[in-house]
Amino acid sequence: MVDMLTPVLSDNWDADRPWTLESYEDAGGYSALDTALGLEQDRVIDLVKESGLRGRGGAGFPTGMKWGFIPQGDGKPHYLVVNADESEPGTCKDIPLMMASPHTLVEGVIISSYAIRANHAFIYVRGEVLHVVRRLQRAVQEAYLAGHLGKDIHGSGYDLELTVHAGAGAYICGEETALLDSLEGRRGQPRLRPPFPAVAGLYASPTVINNVESIASVPAIVRNGADWFSSMGTEKSKGMTLYSLSGHVKRPGQFEAPLGITLRELLDLAGGVREGHELKFWTPGGSSTPILTAEHLDVPLDYEAVGAAGSMLGTKALQIFDETTCVVRSVLRWTEFYKHESCGKCTPCREGTWWLVQTLARLEQGQGEERDLEVLLDQCDNILGRSFCALGDGATSPITSSIEFFRDEYVRHFTEGGCPFDPALSTLFAPVGASV
Amino acid sequence: MTHPTTSPTSAGGSNGAAPGRLEEGGLDAATVAELRDITTRYPQPQSALLPMLHLVQSAQGRVTAEGIEVCADILGLTAAEVSGVATFYTMYKRRPVGDYHVGVCTNTLCAVMGGDAIFDRLKDHLDVGNDETTDDGKITLEHVECNAACDYAPVVMVNWEFMDNQTPESATRLVDDLRAGAEVRSTRGPRICTWREAERVLAGFPDDRADEGPAAGPATLLGLEIAREKNWRAPGAEQDGSDTSAAQQSGVSAQTSMGRASSEEQVADSGAETKGEDAGGKQS
Repeated sequence: MVDMLTPVLSDNWDADRPWTLESYEDAGGYSALDTALGLEQDRVIDLVKESGLRGRGGAGFPTGMKWGFIPQGDGKPHYLVVNADESEPGTCKDIPLMMASPHTLVEGVIISSYAIRANHAFIYVRGEVLHVVRRLQRAVQEAYLAGHLGKDIHGSGYDLELTVHAGAGAYICGEETALLDSLEGRRGQPRLRPPFPAVAGLYASPTVINNVESIASVPAIVRNGADWFSSMGTEKSKGMTLYSLSGHVKRPGQFEAPLGITLRELLDLAGGVREGHELKFWTPGGSSTPILTAEHLDVPLDYEAVGAAGSMLGTKALQIFDETTCVVRSVLRWTEFYKHESCGKCTPCREGTWWLVQTLARLEQGQGEERDLEVLLDQCDNILGRSFCALGDGATSPITSSIEFFRDEYVRHFTEGGCPFDPALSTLFAPVGASV
Repeated sequence: MTHPTTSPTSAGGSNGAAPGRLEEGGLDAATVAELRDITTRYPQPQSALLPMLHLVQSAQGRVTAEGIEVCADILGLTAAEVSGVATFYTMYKRRPVGDYHVGVCTNTLCAVMGGDAIFDRLKDHLDVGNDETTDDGKITLEHVECNAACDYAPVVMVNWEFMDNQTPESATRLVDDLRAGAEVRSTRGPRICTWREAERVLAGFPDDRADEGPAAGPATLLGLEIAREKNWRAPGAEQDGSDTSAAQQSGVSAQTSMGRASSEEQVADSGAETKGEDAGGKQS
């Protein structure tokens, strides 16, 4: 029986100065690199395949399979790009990981790059997290000085350059092909696929793009084995992962658990919803994943079960909202975000998110009527599946799911001529005991 | 892109100046040299454009027309192409930014938890609107999107450093302290530097503050603390007498660095390193 929490990635976060090379090596860091360098590259790929590791950036694509798509012996340079552009609303796992233990990521980068036969890797980190950028820069510098990066790593004959690259503020760059355009010094707009990045990615060369947590999981898999990793989690969702609880909970924070833990269990650990209040709605994995309600408290938080419940596991960003929160206000704000972040490349998303805001804002101000909800759903229907990338799809998720679960609340806005909620009551500094 | 480049605009006046950060009137020669240096980090020079624009902001307090020209010149692009990139990203500013960029998260979760109230209070207190700078040039106020710190909501960023768990009162004190020139520390990071110093770090020129501040805040460590309390661990992690031979078996020298040798000894005592051999053994 596996324990309820299984700190692996977070296991050294409470060590003394865990961001330093010394601390990381004292805990056995960079030993997995030796193990990996002693294996054939394809065996490292097989190991990650066998472990069942799936992408932790939201989509859940099998990481080893992604690596396996890289053509070998093609004579082209290969690249590994770490997607550290963590920006999905509610998502806050990669940033603390890189802040506390950047070497976990760096070691993962070296092993992963070795596996896919890349000699240059990049960490594309969002620019708005200055101290994380500093810690990454320092970790990479330390790794070079220690011989973990550069020429002939650990005497293996393998060379790797690693560049930390700070973005400049664009949610869309979390989309992997937009990230590549951005890393090439262009506007961050998604590319048409095919060709997929595995064939023509950075500089039109074979490229693997993985999320921070995915790559950071690789050293532990190499160290402890595929069976060890897959002994955690559920049938098709293997391993441990970081769940981030935020919002109206007594104690928000990061919880590293096997895939499949439920929100009810996580809420118990977090002390429950804040005192005197109850759960109203929540996101399982950021704002782009359809919202769920209290009836979904016992859904196992893995890729399959959350999907079966009508949402997506996404980034495991569990944003908790209690009954003081107006769902229409919340959804409007998310929609304004998508409108702001739409890159403008494709019409359904660029124009559609603009119209969504117009329609929703009218509703929120109590000026709409019930048929506006049908207009809204029709607009969503014209965006979902018709946009260039997942940003447009994600923009529709909070709208369609909130209308499904809280249609009455939308109606109340126009029957009562405005928002029936007092926003002061949902703040963290609301008077204790205040209620709607 | 090694062709000699002297920007027509930067050639006038400042090239002979001592290295320094000039407000206006030209990028100095040292900065232009650094801009060129950035291109060497990448297999293709244009990849340097984002960090180059960060450096322009560091040198000139915003993305200037001159900065765009110089970047274009170095990269062999047109000014329009560089401008097209500069206008795409929200961190690049065309108007001068104050010493301290104060970003209040008003994405849904922070907004609901108090971010809207904080932003309203600061607009009122500073007498500025969104994306405006106080008359003394100290503070630029902006509402920002989710900054990946939701477990510390409501969040305010100062020059992209975390100020966690804010209230309207604490945020008001924060901007007052910044305006008064008091030393301010991130709640989860270092002493706050100026916006232009921050932009230099983002351009890939580290300062010396990486070791400042804690590893993590309390919310980051919450799950780990509970696990320690309840003695919950990942499987296998409790098995001691671990096998450290995997590295040696791999045939890779364990003596490639002093750090490695000492860590190898530590592994024997570390509960976290147990089944390294499995990883290797299974594959053979």
